[in-house]
Formats: sequence, structure tokens, C-alpha cells
Amino acid sequence: MHASVRPAVSVNITPPVITGASRETAAPSEMRMTISKVNFWYGAKQTLFDISLGIATSKVTALIGPSGCGKSTLLRTLDRMHETVRNSRLEGQILLDGKNILDQDVTLLRRRVGMVFQRPNPFPKSIFENVAYGLRINGSKLPMGDAVEKSLRHAALWDEVKDHLHKSAYELSGGQQQRLCIARALAVEPEVLLLDEPCSALDPISTAKIEELLVQLKDLCTIVTVTHNMQQAARISDFTAFLLTGQLIEFSPTPQLFTKPTDARTEAYITGRFG
Amino acid sequence: MNARLRWRKFVSNFMLTMTGVCALVSVAVLFFILGYLVYHGGASINWDFFTKLPAPVGESGGGMANAILGSAKLLLLATLFGVPIGFFGAIYLAEFSGSKVAFVVRYAADLLNGVPSIVIGIFAYGVAVQPFKHFSTFAGGFALGVMMIPITLRSTEQFLLGVPRTLREGAMALGASKWKTIATVVVPAAYRGILTAVLLAFARVAGETAPLLFTALGNRFWSNGWNEPTASLPVMIYNYALSPFEDWHRQAWAAGLVLLGLILVINIVARAILARGISVPRA
Repeated sequence: MHASVRPAVSVNITPPVITGASRETAAPSEMRMTISKVNFWYGAKQTLFDISLGIATSKVTALIGPSGCGKSTLLRTLDRMHETVRNSRLEGQILLDGKNILDQDVTLLRRRVGMVFQRPNPFPKSIFENVAYGLRINGSKLPMGDAVEKSLRHAALWDEVKDHLHKSAYELSGGQQQRLCIARALAVEPEVLLLDEPCSALDPISTAKIEELLVQLKDLCTIVTVTHNMQQAARISDFTAFLLTGQLIEFSPTPQLFTKPTDARTEAYITGRFG
Repeated sequence: MNARLRWRKFVSNFMLTMTGVCALVSVAVLFFILGYLVYHGGASINWDFFTKLPAPVGESGGGMANAILGSAKLLLLATLFGVPIGFFGAIYLAEFSGSKVAFVVRYAADLLNGVPSIVIGIFAYGVAVQPFKHFSTFAGGFALGVMMIPITLRSTEQFLLGVPRTLREGAMALGASKWKTIATVVVPAAYRGILTAVLLAFARVAGETAPLLFTALGNRFWSNGWNEPTASLPVMIYNYALSPFEDWHRQAWAAGLVLLGLILVINIVARAILARGISVPRA
């Protein structure tokens, strides 16, 4: 989707100034999302401290860190899923295409920022209806066979399910279910796709498939993924953020973070001394 | 040592036999009742029983068509009144309320469930009969509906709470509002459980007599509409069983058989519903 509007040769040194927030105005090197000075509390307990980072358009950004470091919490603030938890409080600013997401209608925001969860969570409906769900709740009455096929193809699941689209989603394997959830998220054509440890409940082969998929999906949308698997972050991401006890320790292009970390704690973590 | 082992084996066998006998007795009671009903009432179940009005006192024959229709009308009213209140109340409890409100409502529902049905009858008499100065089908349906509220509420709530949180998050992450999430994911995921609960509540009140005695009263003839007293199977059984006529006794047994058959069918349907469709696997 975004790939089609990107210039074939990148010569645009000064991107044209276009007023009005068309989502395609952002050049590929720009930031799709900007997180600035985010502090977060569950009740009285602060779990994120002054986090600032940018999410580059059409790149994969990985959030890594030991359990409880706040990486999932940070991810869930990006589509405001943190609001489903009582007594949570967020301070700071999160921009999507230059506009603060905290001022926007939350349901519209979540249609632009999709999410895939740790465990596959297909609805108790058919494969087809799972993918069509996002379109249906958006009021689409059109026949959605094409849209469903497109999403399933993007999620590399089409060939495996095309002959039984009307079977229960629960008849799929765990890895297939997770790809179905990715297809479901892609169906509403989000600008950003958030993934919260999408492979942690899957076997190595399913994990490899999803990793491959995420790299391909870059052309379609901006990806932010949480993982506690450092090799996975190294394999699939363009940028990596390392969090520890709610603080952003280091944020760099992935090769740099894994080969020349600037912070001693990052080095200690990636060399396996803790976490 | 040997004696001790024999003693242990004896205790083991004794307990096994006893639990087995108790299990058998509990099943046997149902079959005993069923057999008794068939034995005494089976002969009175014929075409007339379903199509004719009760025979005048002193004549034999006749049927209970008016009571069968009356029971159907009462149960329809009760379902229309009790199920929506229980259902939407359960949605509020499971999805919106804080834990304090939920505790109070749950506790009240459990108490209401424990209120003797005769007391529900007096209550319905007070609010739905006395002010209008006459007995009516409406009043009977109201009394039965009140009884259906707590059963529907509590079991619906349980089934809603059983829907995994991850499904709700999945829907909300796609931009579904809270109401849309409930209507399109949570309730469909729980609907078979909810439907079963409703059917069981229905079966439970289908046989209630006490709340109908002084609300729907009873009627020897067809009821002239919803605002008039009506006959019903349980009240018919009560009146006929107390009568001095042999023929009426047989018809009371027959009515009992019809009622039990109805409840049995509902139970089987409920189980059949539970067994099919897509269910959420347990995590």
C-alpha cells in the first residue's frame, strides 16, 4: 500500500510540504510515530520512565529487555490498549503522523494501529469471518472475499486455508492461528502493526515463518515488535530499543546495538550476563 | 498383617458398594417417577387430552387443552419479562460494574433465587393482581418471570466471565467499541451457554405451581385473553389431584407426564445446543 506511493528513486531531499494529514505524505525515512517523554503508572507503581523514541516508517522496530522491563507496556500505549486496565495513567506525548494519539478517538486510532498478541486469539468464528471482522465492524457491507483473500495472502496463510475458509479458526495449528491473527489485523490496512511477543507460544518452524513474514510486511506497514528473543530481534529488525526497569537504555540501528552497544548494561544483556 | 489386609479390602468393597447403591438410587428416583406417571397417567393421554376442554364435574373424559395453551402463554410472558432483564443485567455485571456493585447484585440475585416460590406468588399478587382487582395471565407470567431473572442473570454472567480476556482485546485492537466487542465477540462466544441457561430457567419455572395459585388462578374454560385468568398444567395437577374423582386423578397423572416430558425435551435440546457449533477452547 505504502510501497506504491514511495518514489522509485529516492531523490527527495526536501519532502514537499503538504498541509492536511494525508497518511501518504510521510517519506520513507520519516518517523511514523514519535514517542516523547512517556511516563506510565499502574496505580501507584510507575512502570515507564521518560521514554522517548521514534518509530521509523516502513521499518521493523524491536523492543527488547528482560521480563518486566516495560516493553509490552510501552507497546500497548501505542494503540492505547493500556486503557483497558483500570487505574492506569499515562503522561507524555505519542504522535502518529504528527498528531497526538491521546487526543484522538480511540476506535479510529486502533483501526490505524493494529495489534497482534502473545497468544493467538482468533474469534470463535470461521477463518473467513475472523479476517472479515475488522471490515464488518467498520460498517463494510460489500462482498469482502477479495479483501479476505488479500489479507490471507499477505499473512502467507492463503494456500493453507483457501479450501476451508468456512471451518472454525480453532481447527488451525497454533502457528496458523497466529498468522490468521496477523491477517485479521492486516485486513483493515493499518499504518502500524504492533506485535507483542508474537512467537512466544509457537514452535521453531512456525516462528521462522512469522519472522519471514514480518520482514516482508515492512512494505505494507510500519512494524513494532516486542520480543525477549535477542536473536529474533537481530534477525528481523532495523532498529532495536533496549529497555530495563522501565527506562530506555539504548536505541540504535539493530546491527549497531548488537555489535557496538554504547551502554554497559546493553552489552551485559545481549551477551547473556542477565535477563 | 493378613487380618488387617482383609479388613481393608472389606472396607474398600463396602464403600464401593455403598457409593454405587447411592448413585443408583438417585437415578432410580427419576425412573420411578417416570414409571409411576406412565402407569397412572399413560392411559389418559389421548387425542382428547390435548384438544378438549375439561369435562364438566361428574362426566368422564375431556382434556386439558386450555391448560396446555395457558402454560405456553404463561411461559412466553415469563421468558419475555425475565430473560431480557437477567441477560442485560448479567452483561452489566460481567462487563461494566465494579467489584462492589457486582458483589451486591450477585448476592441479591442469589437471595432472590432462594425466595420460596409461594412468596414470589404473594408478591406478584400484591403488585399485579390486587391493584387491578382481578386475576390474570399477565400476573402469572410476571410471577414466573421474576423467578427466571436470578437464574438467567447468574448463569449468563458465569458464561460471559468465561470468555477469555484475550478475545475482548483482539476485538478492541481492531477498533471495536466496548459495546461492539460485547455484541460481536463476547456474547457470540458465550451464546450457547447462555441459551442453555435460559432453557434450564424455563424448565425450572414450567413446573411451578405456587406462584400461579393466586395470580393466574385457573380456569375451567378457554381464557378470554391475556388479561383474564388462565388454566395451567401445574395448577390443574394440583386441583385434580385434590379432587375426589378417580377420572380426575388419572388426568392429573397424565398432566404430570406431559409436563415432565416437556422438561425432558427442553433438557435434551439444551444439551444438543451445547454440543454443536464453534466453542472457545479452554486455555
